[in-house]
Amino acid sequence: MNEHRIEIVVNGRKRTASVEPRKVLADVLREDCELTGTHLGCEHGVCGACTVLVDGDAVRSCLMFGVQADGAEVTTIEGVAPGGGELSDVQAAFRDCHGLQCGFCTPGFVITVRAFLAENPRPTDAEIRSALSGNLCRCTGYQGIIAAVRQVVRQRTGLPPGAEPPASDIRPPSVPVAP
Amino acid sequence: MTGHGRFVEDVVWPDTWHVAFLRSPVARGRIVGLDVEAARALDGVRVVLTAAELNPLVRSWWQTAVGPDAPQPPRRLLAAEDVRWVGEPIAMVLATSRYVAEDALELIELDVEEQPPVIADHLDRWKVEGEVGLVHPELGTNVAAQVPSPDRGMPMGNAALDDVLGTAPHVFDETFHQHRYLCVPMEARGILARWDPYRGRMEIVAATQGAHEVRASTARLLGIDETQVHASAEDVGGGFGQKMYMSTEDHCVVAAAYREECAVRWIEDRNENLVAGGHARTEDMRLQVATDETGRILGIKAHHVEDVGAFPTPGVGSNAKLAAAYLPGPYDIGQYFFSGVATYSNTNGKCAYRGPWMMETVAREQMMDIVAVELGIDPLEFRRHNMITSDRLPFTTSSGMVYETVTPRETLDQVAELIDYEGFRAEQAAARADGRLLGIGLAAYIEGSPGFGVLGAEQVSLRIDYDGKVLASTGSGSHGQSVETTVAQVVADSLGVDYEDVRVVQNDTAASPFGSGTGGSRTAAVFGGAARLAGEKLRRKVLRVAAVALEADPEDLELDLGVVRVKGAPAVALPMAQVAAMAYAGHAAFPPDLEPGLEAAHRIKAPTFMFSNAAHAAVVEVDPGTGQVRVLRYAVSEDCGNMINPMVVEGQIAGGVVQGIGGVFYEHFVYDSTGNPLTTTFMDYLLPTAADVPEIVYGHVVTPSTTPGGFKPVGEGGAIVSPPALINAVRDALRPFGARLTAQPLTPAVLLDIIEGNTR
Repeated sequence: MNEHRIEIVVNGRKRTASVEPRKVLADVLREDCELTGTHLGCEHGVCGACTVLVDGDAVRSCLMFGVQADGAEVTTIEGVAPGGGELSDVQAAFRDCHGLQCGFCTPGFVITVRAFLAENPRPTDAEIRSALSGNLCRCTGYQGIIAAVRQVVRQRTGLPPGAEPPASDIRPPSVPVAP
Repeated sequence: MTGHGRFVEDVVWPDTWHVAFLRSPVARGRIVGLDVEAARALDGVRVVLTAAELNPLVRSWWQTAVGPDAPQPPRRLLAAEDVRWVGEPIAMVLATSRYVAEDALELIELDVEEQPPVIADHLDRWKVEGEVGLVHPELGTNVAAQVPSPDRGMPMGNAALDDVLGTAPHVFDETFHQHRYLCVPMEARGILARWDPYRGRMEIVAATQGAHEVRASTARLLGIDETQVHASAEDVGGGFGQKMYMSTEDHCVVAAAYREECAVRWIEDRNENLVAGGHARTEDMRLQVATDETGRILGIKAHHVEDVGAFPTPGVGSNAKLAAAYLPGPYDIGQYFFSGVATYSNTNGKCAYRGPWMMETVAREQMMDIVAVELGIDPLEFRRHNMITSDRLPFTTSSGMVYETVTPRETLDQVAELIDYEGFRAEQAAARADGRLLGIGLAAYIEGSPGFGVLGAEQVSLRIDYDGKVLASTGSGSHGQSVETTVAQVVADSLGVDYEDVRVVQNDTAASPFGSGTGGSRTAAVFGGAARLAGEKLRRKVLRVAAVALEADPEDLELDLGVVRVKGAPAVALPMAQVAAMAYAGHAAFPPDLEPGLEAAHRIKAPTFMFSNAAHAAVVEVDPGTGQVRVLRYAVSEDCGNMINPMVVEGQIAGGVVQGIGGVFYEHFVYDSTGNPLTTTFMDYLLPTAADVPEIVYGHVVTPSTTPGGFKPVGEGGAIVSPPALINAVRDALRPFGARLTAQPLTPAVLLDIIEGNTR
């Protein structure tokens, strides 16, 4: 199959690779860039484990082809911590709040939270839950993850998470109908 | 968290061949054509293996926990003449990448002559022999297991119970159904294996809950020695039972590596995991309960029917024996009889899933609510009326289980307070006046953890090498249970060193003592207990060595945070590194009976059963317009004895509770009547998200067990008891509509039908 040469800036470093058009970005990152922190949990865009930042936006790297990222700037989980064994505030909050157990889904959550809090620095609880609802975790029951996001909000703003809207404004979460 | 974790998929070996399986597209049928030549010819394909090449390699196939003599389905690596479930592996491609391997699958020509499948649908419509064909013709029956076993001389009934059911003032009879829902670890299954024929060595990295089981199963399969196999796990992305035993595909991978004398890797995708990773639940239970005029339970008769699929693991996949043992739970139930039948079907086989026997609690706790309401007694009071109280301990249940340190009444009372049970009825009445449907549900249980057989003898080995730091190795297999943290905590405490100075090694057959891995909620009680005793042994050794250096009596020394001191003379201090140096190199002055080195191990002998207890309470709101359910409040009170790490305890509970929320409201693996799976992606098989779960409130009652450290089991309980608590809450909310509600999932469509009067 024909291969295409692509150039991506990954975590601040320029990387080139020769990839088949069908190769998804997640596999390019994992195999060609040897950055295995991006995990594939479903390969159909539901679980969010493979979430990375592409030009600042959180995207599912299993739903994007590597060739589509040609020329883009990508941040993976390996690019989040400052290095030297130090953690970012989001990562430290996950550790403090028992926000991970097996750790497989965690890279996607950390990236999602990072992008979400950049857009919404002082979210309400309902907004936090909604923002996290595109990422699946099977171990924690989400308790520690939600607590971790609250901790980051408190630390960054010096304030508790935003006030909840009045009860009448809260809608039950959408529940798809199982067959 | 930082991207530096390493899971099986992240392990890269040179010259490794990627596997994709051709799987059966039909549930039951004869293979009349299988042409793999075009696939074999594809560029990048090393080989395409079928039953003809692979199946003759099988020497034996059984799981340590059930032993070599336990019944098994007629196992095979690849389907040979017939297929028995959709997803059954038929051929295996080894290629340069998974992409190429999947290309090759497209080139295989398969022709299957379909036959009518044996399909159960969990709604009391089980097909057994006589009605349709046989799942396994060589067995001559579709019955996989029966309890009591008619050929073992067990009593087949309880005349005293029949008498009670015939004469009691009140007798209730209800059948409960539990649909098929699954473990779904976020990391699917995966294994790498390479066979080196010159060294006679098989190396395996697997996503497993227990590396020793991988080693044992591989050796048995191929007829080689366990010492020829080195099996280990890296980080494991959840298991929940699915990774406790080697699957058929895992066996195929090691067999292919052995035959091809090369390195082979299989990393499962999500579609495979949903269709072919071990399935779970899928059962019915009928309960007949007799009470006296006051609502005291006089007897329970239970009948359990399980669908174990075609190739369940371990053994024949039935959990009836444990369900029979645990069904009385926290109650004095009087006369008791339990029977069960497990049947094969042309569906994916059953595996362990967090509390595999939990139907006993799911059925019993629903029945407690139904009986209470029928009798006009509040469900909380009805439970209190029949619950075992602490003053009756030790208590022998109607199934023969002996409870010594459980506190069911205390946890029930605590959870009622946490959820504000007393205040809820007013809240509910006010809400109903506003047209809102609120309900409250309780459920209580005793969590039994097996300590029999190979599950009951686990070891922790400790080593302090030259620099004075501690290495603890165990046969556990943490896959999200924080065993690295909790074992280190116990060792640090019992040995007398800083927590930071203890490292835990596990799930590696070359580095860990023999063990059965992490599963069955045993890790804290069994490995924790062993860690404590090993720590105490090593502490005594450290003090003996230090006593030589300090020319003191070991009795006069103490060890704290890695420093040995003379009691009452804190200035005289010997850091661990000096003790270690002396133990390994300065042993000239040792008395003859003092062995050099600083090592200690303890293999614990666990009680046959270990018990913890808990009560859960849920408040839900059902939207009368849409049928959607919101869990408004959720409270848990538990007694798992001494908590090594409360955050880990609560993390285990939360994970289990949310798996229960998934099972009750969202998750359902569906087969159609031809045995074709319909829910093969996360778009169809729905998992709960952060937006679907409440904030869980915890209460702890701490009653130490009699085992070393006073720890009790905790890992599975959340998933066992949350389903009935949630179902009971929904039933309570829908009481005005008279819902029986004995089958799940409770989807909006199901609940809306009840609300609109289309069904009961």
